Amino acid sequence: MSRVVFLEERCKGCMLCAELCPKKIIIQSTRINRQGYKVAEVSEMDTCTGCASCALICPDCAIRVFRSQKGEGA
Amino acid sequence: MAPDIDSITLARETAENVDLTPRPGETLVFDKPRSLRSQNTHYCPGCHHGVAHRLVAELLDEMELREKAIAVSSIGCSVFIYHYLDVDSIEAPHGRGPAAATGLKRARPESFVFTYQGDGDLASIGMAEIMHAANRGERISVVFVNNTVYGMTGGQMAPTTLIGQKTTTCPAGRCLEREGSPIRMAEIMASLGGVAYSARVSLDSVKNIRDAKKAMRRAFQVQTENIGFGFVEVLSGCPTNWRMDAVKANRRIRAEMIPYFPLGVYKDVNTLNPEGER
Repeated sequence: MSRVVFLEERCKGCMLCAELCPKKIIIQSTRINRQGYKVAEVSEMDTCTGCASCALICPDCAIRVFRSQKGEGA
Repeated sequence: MAPDIDSITLARETAENVDLTPRPGETLVFDKPRSLRSQNTHYCPGCHHGVAHRLVAELLDEMELREKAIAVSSIGCSVFIYHYLDVDSIEAPHGRGPAAATGLKRARPESFVFTYQGDGDLASIGMAEIMHAANRGERISVVFVNNTVYGMTGGQMAPTTLIGQKTTTCPAGRCLEREGSPIRMAEIMASLGGVAYSARVSLDSVKNIRDAKKAMRRAFQVQTENIGFGFVEVLSGCPTNWRMDAVKANRRIRAEMIPYFPLGVYKDVNTLNPEGER
């Protein structure tokens, strides 16, 4: 299973990642970080394919993407 | 009475405390480039400077240029690039990045010198410096971030502001009769003899970001291979000064900027002429 990790102290809540996510699983959470931004989070991590589109568009380098190796699920 | 701090849900972890080691059976496919420092940027949410910085840092890593790179930062929001890139850097006076870079490169020809300039810096006050540095064919690379507005000073009209776009100094929209039409720098650069590579890219979508990295790599290569001047114009968003959110700003790049500023490679000496036209 692939997954993404949001570094919440870096996130500025611009939500460009949510716009680009092909699975549309990124949403804005209600949590706020130290800078005062509502951070992004993933609603259903199971459907993540690890395409890294969100990380590529993120202006703040706030996303790390882990892709599962072949034959171990999504 | 002080507000109850417990009633606010805070983001649960700091960046330092997140576990970023891959679990068994998975690989980390996206990580921060080494040349990019880990501190947060001062840029507004959705500002594309962050993406452009990261692409530059990735290329410095991949082309192994970090130890000999000298960044020339310009005046504008991107002046603080020296806080975010882990390379030697110098700050040039407003618009004089290419002049400072010329001196650096001539004094230290073994180093890799690039400038990172915005449209208010490069296309307005720095027009003379960029034109002559390009025409002389200085072995430097220029990353030109075009967001059609002066960002740092509060959203004034820039030479690249689109017709009809409202800014604080043209509140009724830029008027073609009075202020002329927006300058297309990538095309101008392509017409100059010393330029080895000139391209225009955008940062609004995954595909365009990948293309942007390819173009920047080529603009860096023409310097490392001693061919000539490398120039990349990067269309980027400024949600704050465009008075819109980040997602709408991204759509504006597609809907309004790309039709006026067409993407593409305008000059590449290797494709023009295999011997290299100089």
